[in-house]
Amino acid sequence: MAPSLEEPDRVEDVIAHPLKQKPTLVAPEPEHCPGPESEQAGAADSCAGCPNQAICASAPKGPDPDIPIIAARLAGVKHKILVVSGKGGVGKSTFTSLLAHAFAINPDNSVGVMDTDICGPSIPKMMGVESETLHVSGAGMSPVYVMDNLGVVSIQFMLPNRDDAIIWRGPKKNGLIKQFLKDVDWGDLDFLLVDTPPGTSDEHLSVNAFLKESGIDGAVVVTTPQEVSLLDVRKEIDFCRKAGIRVLGLVENMSMFVCPKCDHASEIFRATTGGGRGLAEEMGIPFLGAVPIDPRIAMACDYGESFFDSFPDSPACKALKGVVSSLADQIGLDPRDVLPEQ
Amino acid sequence: MSLTQVKHIVLVLSGKGGVGKSSVTTQLALSLSLAGHSVGVLDIDLTGPSIPRMFAIEDEKVTQTPGGWLPITVHNGDAAAGIGSLRVMSLGFLLPRRGDAVVWRGPKKTAMVRQFLTDVFWGETDYLLIDTPPGTSDEHISLVETLLKDTTPEQLAGAVVVTTPQAVATADVKKELNFCAKTGVRVLGVVENMSGFVCPNCSECTHIFMKGGGRVMADDFDVKFLGSVPIDPQFLMMIETGRRPRYPAGTLVNGEDMSAPAGATDGPDAGSEVREPGLLVEKYQSCSLAPVFKTITADVITAVQQALTAS
Repeated sequence: MAPSLEEPDRVEDVIAHPLKQKPTLVAPEPEHCPGPESEQAGAADSCAGCPNQAICASAPKGPDPDIPIIAARLAGVKHKILVVSGKGGVGKSTFTSLLAHAFAINPDNSVGVMDTDICGPSIPKMMGVESETLHVSGAGMSPVYVMDNLGVVSIQFMLPNRDDAIIWRGPKKNGLIKQFLKDVDWGDLDFLLVDTPPGTSDEHLSVNAFLKESGIDGAVVVTTPQEVSLLDVRKEIDFCRKAGIRVLGLVENMSMFVCPKCDHASEIFRATTGGGRGLAEEMGIPFLGAVPIDPRIAMACDYGESFFDSFPDSPACKALKGVVSSLADQIGLDPRDVLPEQ
Repeated sequence: MSLTQVKHIVLVLSGKGGVGKSSVTTQLALSLSLAGHSVGVLDIDLTGPSIPRMFAIEDEKVTQTPGGWLPITVHNGDAAAGIGSLRVMSLGFLLPRRGDAVVWRGPKKTAMVRQFLTDVFWGETDYLLIDTPPGTSDEHISLVETLLKDTTPEQLAGAVVVTTPQAVATADVKKELNFCAKTGVRVLGVVENMSGFVCPNCSECTHIFMKGGGRVMADDFDVKFLGSVPIDPQFLMMIETGRRPRYPAGTLVNGEDMSAPAGATDGPDAGSEVREPGLLVEKYQSCSLAPVFKTITADVITAVQQALTAS
């Protein structure tokens, strides 16, 4: 049956029942049917003799039994932060890896990064651990450690060949995200950063559903200044609102480009509608800062180096430090603890 | 069946987001139209549709007819001027409010993609360009499945794959090339977008996102490299505000002078919200990227013809 366009599923409904699906029935529901998704499905009086009884009875019921397991697994994680954007290529992964490195500068912090971009994982390359693999021990899967206090999990570590395409539909992606949360031995973490793919679909719903019980601190939204990008980002903020995820703030990436030869500043992705700051005001969310374009960031990402270590005095690095301290402020931490002056 | 009168179907793919799939689709469509072909653009990026914004037709709504949904007309064909018609279909036209999130899981997206492929009334169209979301997931699987089932091999010409030069992007785009290989979609070629930015003040070219990654990748995978497209803020300004691209005197692109003719009015300010009159396809001819895409489009057409004779 074709979906009706006039009445799309209400977003609230999709978010409230993210993983529940009506089992496929072999016959129409009888009168007095308790509902194939209900707790009594297959067990109620009216189910006797119904051709669907066995199907309904075997369908999983109630909340996902794995959610308490995930909550227990993540009990030692103090802060869980999502990095989201409706638009692709705005710098979600770059910002996630920079944020991870920034948090990890303080040796007392332990940081984990979970890459939920299943079809286009970028974190391993940016962290310089592309060819690593995940190790499984009695306690679960161990993250790949970039530094002593910085661990990463991504599907890239599970691929036999580096360039393999991951041609997966939604349910399979959800399964892997669950596995990352349930089976990875994160240990005690101060920060778990979750990098997401662009859009508002399976991965986002799953991350939200699985982490809801253990508590998400909030989401950092990344954008670039031009309206084509803001348009999609507005949708993402709308999603966060409806899903009850707190928006910790908006970061504007690629906001200015200063020519290395003549120091002339160009707005490459011109903010014709107020840019990130304008959108933050419009949506009533904190604006964490604007980070200029620096070709050295792209280079550091390609070579898997920490931009913070390589170019600590660049304007982009200073801007990023400003963003990190505003973010620390938002999650109730003292910026001086998170990013000690060196 | 809505695609029966479509001659060639070209997918625009990329594993990576934000590399310019939609802007490449837009420019291919404009260039094909300028070459006299009738063009349709189908946007199946369901959670982040950009195509309506690209053609400045965000407020349009789709009309239902007995023959199917009618695409939005950007401009009609003009045989005298040698310009083909350009029509567009996107999920963006179906949303009640532009800021609304579309929170759909896979099965719903699959149904929507199928409906877009079967229920849109394209009529006679030379080229149908399909703009896709990043990745290799539900939309892509459903798209290729439906196309392989419902269209002839002559119709499904292949895919133009877009990347940016840096290794972080090509790493994801290589996955897309493997997706094409696995699903049997022919790769017409690779376009490297955002390769270099020329400072408007001193003409120094900076490779913001490195350089050369697209060509190396195309060579590695033995597919055609269609060309590199530099960053041109004037193109973006044209899309965002409807301002005709203007270049300082002496700007040369491939030896052609792109600067405004002497005595031309300056037009509205860069920040002005007033759109200059004229069709997008006319304004685009003043853009420095138009000659670049003219070559790319010619190569794509040749590749499509070669594919036809091969199959």
